[in-house]
Amino acid sequence: MKKPPYSVINTPVHNIDGIAKITGRAQYTFDVTLPRMLHGKILRSPYPHAEITRIDISQAQRLKGVKAVLTGKDTLGKKQGIWRRFRELCDEEILARDRVRYIGEPVATVAAADEDTAEEALDLIEVEYKPLPAVFEPLEAIKEGAPQLHEQAERNINVTRHIECGNVDEGFQKADYVREDWFRCSSQAHVCMETHCAVADYTPEGKLTVYTSSQSHYYIKVLLAEILGLRENDVRVISRYTGGGFGSKFELDSAQFCSSLLSMKLCQPVKIVLTREEEFTATKRRTPMFYYVRSGVKKDGTFLAKEARVFTEGGAYTAMGATALYLTGFFQSFPYVWPSYRYDGYRVYTNTAPTSAMRGFGAPQATFCAETQIDLIADDLGIDPIVMRRKNAMYPGYEVPGQATIQSCGLDQCLDKIDKWIKSRGKLPPNRGIGIAAYGFMSGGIFNWFDTPYAFSSAVIQINIDGKVDLYVGSQDMGQGSNTTMAMICAEELGVKFEDIRLHMGDTENCPVDLGAWGSRETLMQGNAVKMAASEAKHQILQFASAKLAPNIVYDLDIKDGWIHLIARPERGLSYYDVVKEAIRGKDGQPIVARGHYTPHRKGMISPAYSFGVQAVEAQVDPDTGKITLKNCVTAHDCGQVINPLGVEGQLEGAIAMAAGYGFTEHLPMDEGKILNPNLVDYMLLRATEMPETKVMEVETYEPEGPFGAKEAGEGLTNPTAGALGNAVFHAAGISIKNLPITPEKVLNALKEKKKK
Amino acid sequence: MKKKRLRFTVNGEHHELYIHPKKLLVEILRDEMGLTGTKRGCNTGSCGACTVLLDGMAVKSCSVLAMQAEGAEITTVEGLADGSRLTPLQRSFLDHGAFQCGFCTSGMLMSATAFLEENPTPEDIKEGIQGNICRCTGYNSILRAIKAVAEGKYKEEGR
Repeated sequence: MKKPPYSVINTPVHNIDGIAKITGRAQYTFDVTLPRMLHGKILRSPYPHAEITRIDISQAQRLKGVKAVLTGKDTLGKKQGIWRRFRELCDEEILARDRVRYIGEPVATVAAADEDTAEEALDLIEVEYKPLPAVFEPLEAIKEGAPQLHEQAERNINVTRHIECGNVDEGFQKADYVREDWFRCSSQAHVCMETHCAVADYTPEGKLTVYTSSQSHYYIKVLLAEILGLRENDVRVISRYTGGGFGSKFELDSAQFCSSLLSMKLCQPVKIVLTREEEFTATKRRTPMFYYVRSGVKKDGTFLAKEARVFTEGGAYTAMGATALYLTGFFQSFPYVWPSYRYDGYRVYTNTAPTSAMRGFGAPQATFCAETQIDLIADDLGIDPIVMRRKNAMYPGYEVPGQATIQSCGLDQCLDKIDKWIKSRGKLPPNRGIGIAAYGFMSGGIFNWFDTPYAFSSAVIQINIDGKVDLYVGSQDMGQGSNTTMAMICAEELGVKFEDIRLHMGDTENCPVDLGAWGSRETLMQGNAVKMAASEAKHQILQFASAKLAPNIVYDLDIKDGWIHLIARPERGLSYYDVVKEAIRGKDGQPIVARGHYTPHRKGMISPAYSFGVQAVEAQVDPDTGKITLKNCVTAHDCGQVINPLGVEGQLEGAIAMAAGYGFTEHLPMDEGKILNPNLVDYMLLRATEMPETKVMEVETYEPEGPFGAKEAGEGLTNPTAGALGNAVFHAAGISIKNLPITPEKVLNALKEKKKK
Repeated sequence: MKKKRLRFTVNGEHHELYIHPKKLLVEILRDEMGLTGTKRGCNTGSCGACTVLLDGMAVKSCSVLAMQAEGAEITTVEGLADGSRLTPLQRSFLDHGAFQCGFCTSGMLMSATAFLEENPTPEDIKEGIQGNICRCTGYNSILRAIKAVAEGKYKEEGR
């Protein structure tokens, strides 16, 4: 039997933080208590759009136990945003000074001896509002004469995005068949189990330390420094364990800036934990999108031209929503070869809670529309959905004009595997259907709207006298498992045991810069930086080993499982642990130190590498109640070389739960800008009893740009499920629902409509 | 309001505290006793992150007044392992990767520890953790981990 090429990679190692998490010792921000710590609360706007005419804090200040009450007057009055390269998109005040634009916008903040007192003080703050006309739907807000939210944004247009390649009009002329559809993609809440929270500790030395639940301690540090008028490195952000992120925790949040403001005022630590209700109503959420999609194809199903227009409900501020607008346009044509494609995206300000990044980042919406429409086209033309997709699938070496070059791509093999699985299911019972969706996603973004002058990822390694490796990374583990992945990559490259790695992360004071855990970037970008650092450290060790072993110059040395050896003659070698001791002696007693970094160069506009996959959902539709039951969810998945098999499986199953929720149960209904179900009873996410059987089939490819050939395996998995579920309903009941989520009510209405015809 | 005396056993140790009678069990465990392994995700009894054992029964400690635990025996996640000796369920969670962010994990472990006593079927296991929300894993790895223990694949270590 051939020996597996790797000792650590693709082996089922235990999560590096596992024991801390299963014994309750892992200390989240939520668990942090500091001496003299106070508790903060935030007063939020009850109006979707209003002028603030007066704020009186005197009563609140007089309440026993209250230490500070702060309003917009106590801020520097700057506007903040994460798209720092574009000042006009930094449009959000941390505490509104004279105008509020959504229900939940922070207006004042209180620090008190305990949470109850702080809460009581909120009631004593008098705010006089003058309500303004408000607008809630993007298609209304874009009309002339609609209430305007921001001075610089006429007709409430916040950001636009145009993509065009090939000759679209000519493509449609040549088409044998043209189809157009409107889709409505809903919002979704991240529902991290740990709500947004922060403990800020400002000391008279002028230094601010903030413990916070975050996806990027680097971003939070920079954004806090800017808004508070501090030097970047007088702010330290500590984020060791993060109780879920899903896109909600890499922008500045109200817990972070309010606790920091209060702590700076009082020189005392202040803790703010958002309640579950605040989490629903006053943190950002998935971007709702209204999509128009028109496709032209040949009789045989060959794609010719596609045109898409989207209006997104931006909410009151830009946030990361601008990125979602870019990415949804790119992924609307993914993972297919469209000879011509035109996209126009409009992000529209509305008087609703801002919409922003959420796992998939605009791609789940795009994939839902695109994959639903492909099945409708296939049905009209009498072509098998798999055949249609295969005919137009992206392939290795394909260039998306002006946007991206696809290197590794296992889409074709994924289609094979899913085809086989569907056939193995045989004849299905009545009202049961299988739907598929193909998808892909980026492995980290190339764009630098944050305007960082640093490398996108960096890593530092120090090897100590006992051979133990200190690995310092800037990546953030919010549960997705990057800590384990980085330690695995380091151990593999260095040729040591997984247990030899001691990982340091989640603290800006002693970790190098990494942009954080978003856009599925850590495995490829931070992974490349770690691999480079490990390779450099290994090189240093091998210099000493080479001197001892004195091999013929044509021989190469390597390290594997702690054994330094001649590659051609593995039995000739030395113990890594022995050589490290001597190497450190030879370096004037200095530990071995190495650095690595990664920034994508000349890799197109979007990402250096793309994952691919096909998912099949088998669902049962009850024609009497409209209820959908998920039976199976099978995914063939190309993430390049699998690094951590347990991690990939976990990402996949978790994505299914979240994306299926998006498909048929999760929803944020609003009335005049007020979210109506801000709790875990009325907001229905999937429970254990509703999960289908899941099966993962890995298609291994080798991605030349990724560490050991790896690429993303996290966010992309959220893309296909809503579309595949919709297609399953289509094949089960002959109805196509283009309006998410696919609720029993919509199913029943569609069945009624169908009967009438 | 006057503080009242609460006497109960937590993780095998007897405690006598004077507490505000309106305090919830989760508040006393976390804020007064420093047992922060027990989490709080909603405060409305909907998420299960605060699940602990009260006389062997899984309860949501955000829905129980601390005074209701008078005389009772409470077990939190900190009380599962015996020193460095993990319980079969904890080892199975590790092997199956049955957690990601870990914030729901304590509650999952406590719920499962309670119903594992009753030889659950796979359906029982699903229902047993229906009250515990996990936003990361999609539950299936958790179900596999619990099932492996229910099937006797993990024995108590060194006992």
